[in-house]
Amino acid sequence: MDLSSINPILLIASLMVSATPILLAALGELVVEKSGVLNLGVEGMMITGAICGFAIGVNTGSPVLGFMFAAICGALLSLAFGILTQYLLSNQVATGLGLTLVGLGLSSLIGKPYEGIKSPTLQKMEIPILSDLPIVGRMLFSHDPMVYFSIALVAVVWAVLKYTRAGLILRAVGESHDAAHALGYKVVRIRIMAILFGGACAGLAGAYISLVRVPQWTEGMTAGAGWIALAIVVFASWKPWRILIGAYLFGGVTVLQLNLQAAGAKVPVEVLSMSPYLITILVLVIISARGNHGAPAALGKIFHASR
Amino acid sequence: MIRLEKRAQPSKLWTLATPFVAVVLTMIVGGIMFAMLGSDPFEAIRIIFWDPLFSEQFAAYSRPQLLVKAGPLILIAIGISMGFKAGIWNIGAEGQYIIGAICGAGMGLAFYPAESFIIFPLMILAGALGGWAWAMIPAVLKVRFGTNEILVSLMLVYVAEAFLASVSSGLLKNPDGMGFPGSRNLQQYPAAANLEIFQGSGMHWGVLTAFLAVIFAYVLLSRHMLGFQIRLTGEAPRAAKFAGVNPARIVFLCLGMAGALAGMAGMFEVAGPAGQITIDFNSGYGFTAIIVAFLGRLHPVGILLAGLLMALTYIGGELASLMLGIPGAAIQLFQGMLLFFLLATDVFINFRIRLSKTEAV
Repeated sequence: MDLSSINPILLIASLMVSATPILLAALGELVVEKSGVLNLGVEGMMITGAICGFAIGVNTGSPVLGFMFAAICGALLSLAFGILTQYLLSNQVATGLGLTLVGLGLSSLIGKPYEGIKSPTLQKMEIPILSDLPIVGRMLFSHDPMVYFSIALVAVVWAVLKYTRAGLILRAVGESHDAAHALGYKVVRIRIMAILFGGACAGLAGAYISLVRVPQWTEGMTAGAGWIALAIVVFASWKPWRILIGAYLFGGVTVLQLNLQAAGAKVPVEVLSMSPYLITILVLVIISARGNHGAPAALGKIFHASR
Repeated sequence: MIRLEKRAQPSKLWTLATPFVAVVLTMIVGGIMFAMLGSDPFEAIRIIFWDPLFSEQFAAYSRPQLLVKAGPLILIAIGISMGFKAGIWNIGAEGQYIIGAICGAGMGLAFYPAESFIIFPLMILAGALGGWAWAMIPAVLKVRFGTNEILVSLMLVYVAEAFLASVSSGLLKNPDGMGFPGSRNLQQYPAAANLEIFQGSGMHWGVLTAFLAVIFAYVLLSRHMLGFQIRLTGEAPRAAKFAGVNPARIVFLCLGMAGALAGMAGMFEVAGPAGQITIDFNSGYGFTAIIVAFLGRLHPVGILLAGLLMALTYIGGELASLMLGIPGAAIQLFQGMLLFFLLATDVFINFRIRLSKTEAV
């Protein structure tokens, strides 16, 4: 094995790219869970976003339109989840699973004609001055806009949750929907909005995979990234900045194992490709062994205002 | 203003009726989808739900297929439904199915080319143990560390798939396979083959096991203390604790049974209809079984019927893609929609709709 063939600068740069979809999806799910809803359909919304964004990107030649459309598709799919769980009071775990199954079916149905096509991809955005810095410039400051957008979104979500009235209400709904309802907040409406935000983020995340990271469409290409995003929310103890850490750690593992495969490590390829999932399990175990701190108290509970 | 009012008791009528309502709704929306794909919706629905059973041209082939496809679905769904009843969400049955298949086939291939009646039972045992062991991972982690079993069991599906890729081109690869990935074909190894019990009926040993599992689960849930404890844990966890139910024991039991049944299903599939371990012999039964479990109301008899219906959509779907060129993914979407509509209509079990003139505050 030749470790010297792994370039640390490129490694960190590609780490940021591979972490971005998980970061976006996990951030959306964080907001959903903060409002007290567990949406297990992230994988389904991601893959639908991936194909919808890809299709629009290919047909219009504009990846930006692709991203916008992917966010809309993700949000629409999540709206189905919202209606079922919030208005028709269905079980959130089962509905989320159903959403994933529907999303996988829908995406492969739409995606058939798009197999093997290359899509237009986002231009790299060289940040002036900073990107000219040695090493750090290549590593951190010459990425596509979505990478910066995702990091900015972390800051926005953090600030909104922590410092604004809207964030306070959202958290109140997630901690105790009965108390929030008694105070006159529209629990269902707030939750639907959170679910839509989560869906849009998952859609963007999917489109990032199909438009930037790969950039191609293959069936089932998200390969469990949505589930990993769910795990990262737990890992982050429902705190936005820890989502960033979790996603980048995970991105690092993914990139490193790919690099090790390419460098011809003596570890079997299969063990390497298992490693992201195994590490996710390991991280979940470590986090849960410390106790489940930070989970919103009303997470996954059904709200029905009687009278 | 439409308002939902909680019923004093869950409606028995709606509990039975919602699966049928959901099927009808799925047919309507699915029909619209088929029309959008450019096929005649009535013809498509007829080909999916009617022709596999009653068409003179296809029924002879597809009727046995019904049991072949329903067998694993029922077997897996029975296992996971116990967990769902107790609030333990094992959604990684696909992984347990794969590992069961690998262990079962591995046991059989280890004896190749010996001939003995004991080989096949040993393979069943190995398959069940393999699936059981794979399900014990989330069980132990949940009991010991409180780790979320949904995420762990699902992550293990991806691990199992990577493992399957490894053994099918490595450990279990057919030495006479001229370099192609995939194991020896167990169908051509009589001692290890999962053959039809009645020629031409589609009834192989796995289907028989599925039927036995239905009976076993029915007795367990309705007549045995353990079944009562499973239901109690799901419906009132605190009450269950006060009644002296050991939650760890329920977790081990539910996940263990689900794993063993899924593992057996995998073994029967690989020794029978699939024939060999290949990188993609698994056809997503572990996930479809989730739909089967819900559609069957988590009730053994319901699961039996739901499994047959879901098998019908598989076969009908193949037929529809052959006759009308409807893509296979459309059927997958169709099955997903079925679960969605079922969950949507389930609201009527516990609530009734009231129209009130004044707006509810």
